[in-house]
Amino acid sequence: MNRTAKDPEGVFDEQRRLRLYRVMLELRNFEQRAHELFLENLVRGTSHLATGQEAIAAGYAVAMRADDYTFCTYRGHGHTVARGASMSATMAELLGRANGLMRGKGGSMHLTDVTHGVMGSYAIVGAHLPIAAGAAWSAQARKSGQVAVCFFGDGTTNIGSFHEALNLAAVWKLPVVFVCENNQYMEYTPIRSVTAVEHPAADRAAAYGLEAILVDGNDADLMYETALRTLDKARTGAGPTLVEAVTYRHGGHSRSDPASYRPDAEVRDWLSRDPLPRYRERLLARGVQEMVLREIEDQAQQKVDQATREARDGSPAPVSEIERDVWSDGGSAWRN
Amino acid sequence: MAELTLREAVASAIAQEMERDPMVFFIGEDVAKAGGVFKTTVGLFDRFGPDRVRDTPISEQAIVGAAMGAAMTGLRPIVEIMFSDFLGVCWDMVANEIAKAHFMSGGQVSLPLVIRTANGGGTRFGAQHSQSVENWAMSVPGLKVVAPSSPADVKGLLAAAIRDPDPVVFFEPKSLYGIRGEVPDGEHVDRLGTAKVLRDGADCTIVALGAMVPRAVAAAAELEGDSISATVIDVRSLVPLDTKTILREVTRTGWLITVEENPRLCGWGAEIASIVAQESFDDLDGPIVRITTPHVPLAAADQLEDAAIPSVDRIIATVKAKMRRRQT
Repeated sequence: MNRTAKDPEGVFDEQRRLRLYRVMLELRNFEQRAHELFLENLVRGTSHLATGQEAIAAGYAVAMRADDYTFCTYRGHGHTVARGASMSATMAELLGRANGLMRGKGGSMHLTDVTHGVMGSYAIVGAHLPIAAGAAWSAQARKSGQVAVCFFGDGTTNIGSFHEALNLAAVWKLPVVFVCENNQYMEYTPIRSVTAVEHPAADRAAAYGLEAILVDGNDADLMYETALRTLDKARTGAGPTLVEAVTYRHGGHSRSDPASYRPDAEVRDWLSRDPLPRYRERLLARGVQEMVLREIEDQAQQKVDQATREARDGSPAPVSEIERDVWSDGGSAWRN
Repeated sequence: MAELTLREAVASAIAQEMERDPMVFFIGEDVAKAGGVFKTTVGLFDRFGPDRVRDTPISEQAIVGAAMGAAMTGLRPIVEIMFSDFLGVCWDMVANEIAKAHFMSGGQVSLPLVIRTANGGGTRFGAQHSQSVENWAMSVPGLKVVAPSSPADVKGLLAAAIRDPDPVVFFEPKSLYGIRGEVPDGEHVDRLGTAKVLRDGADCTIVALGAMVPRAVAAAAELEGDSISATVIDVRSLVPLDTKTILREVTRTGWLITVEENPRLCGWGAEIASIVAQESFDDLDGPIVRITTPHVPLAAADQLEDAAIPSVDRIIATVKAKMRRRQT
């Protein structure tokens, strides 16, 4: 499936590999905890979990420079935490607490943490591709060397802003990486049944003069290597990249979706390709001690437990928030 | 004072701000080498070069979306949407993304950007190139909405919009691009959220916006001959809205007439009428009157477009009918 990744020695040292494993574990634990808090009715509204898709977020986050920009979708818990956003503040945001990342004003679908380069999570499909292109335009204009990375789902490839953003980014040679997380389903409908080409992103790349890149999105090493290569391309002025990372959503589209439309055999097949156990086996095969992995697993568990405690302990966001921050002066006045 | 056309005032404001702040950039369709389809940005490309003044593809979502991404990461972009009708193509960016980002991010993200656009009728372009859509923007929390009517105000308010830390949708009256007016020499920066009393009268207050302002002024001059002395207010800025000036003048004169180019329902005048009715009802000497385009799409033919948009004659006739009732 993958046409490019190799795994050259020197790129991956053991510490880098352990970091990839740690980040993936943290994201998995976070999503599982978010789901549990939903069942407790503590997380309100909706939420879209990325369980099963962790290798993509981890691969990019570990490869990105601290000042690079991330643009996420409503399925963005993992991408946000992976960049270093406080896990407690992220969890607290899901719970509508005053200690949430955005003090309860955004919720699960709009996670933003500018200090860690997370420039927002966008809940209108496709909207953030042009916005990410704009951040890349800004980086280009300021000659800052920053790269914007924009994650989106397979369903996005059929909306206009996808095509507008890719064309503009290609014409202006913008330092942006568009990463399609093809988890096979646009919400409830198989993407292949509503798309004119087999690979919804990769097969469209040629239309914008870009290389078709299809990569196994459940392989953290391949994702990390792809990230290094595409970030480097953007940073050296060679323009945008469109990556299609093939993966699978372990759960439904959102909390209200049991995903019963998916054939059992398909689900079983993809669960056998779960990026986490797969990566654990690879690490053991490379000689990493079981004890080292256990320690990382314990720490990741403690981290999510602590985040949950801090989120639960947070006070509810105060009602005064509704009239704060409409404008940059902190208020919401529209008349004198 | 130099005399500029309204279209020259647009370029003059952008040049003034680009000169002052290297983070100001300007993009849009045909705006750079061609100087804009309405020739509002002539000379900017030659003066500031292709990095800061750029032509884009016909991709309104990409244009406005890129401005948003750029604004949240350090630039102060100005974008042109050629006709305000085209805002419909990128309304998600304007209403769902740009307007909400500061609030939803808990104040982490600020968007100092300006969306300039040619608004309104008078050019016989038909219903998809002639709408007056400032009320679309006015209805969305998080957008500032400005609509000047003179060259001096275009320059001063556009400069203020560019310096403002929040997103501003800037409606230029396309039928007035050719009018001339005095513009102060040197740096000229006005203040958003301020209406302007253009004419002092004792009998009634006519509140107008954009291309309706010179019509309201002309109507008021003729009404003087009928012994009706009208105050005329140019609203200039819908968000923030200078309700103080409007309430003060309505309280003084006892009558409120709005002149709106937009179709009837939910026009900006309805909001002003509601504020006046709620807060100054006892000062009114008669019903509030709204003069608007009927609630129809605009037709293309000369006589049809002219009949739809409020004219000087219609303003005079409506005000006279009301004020006559006052005297009996």
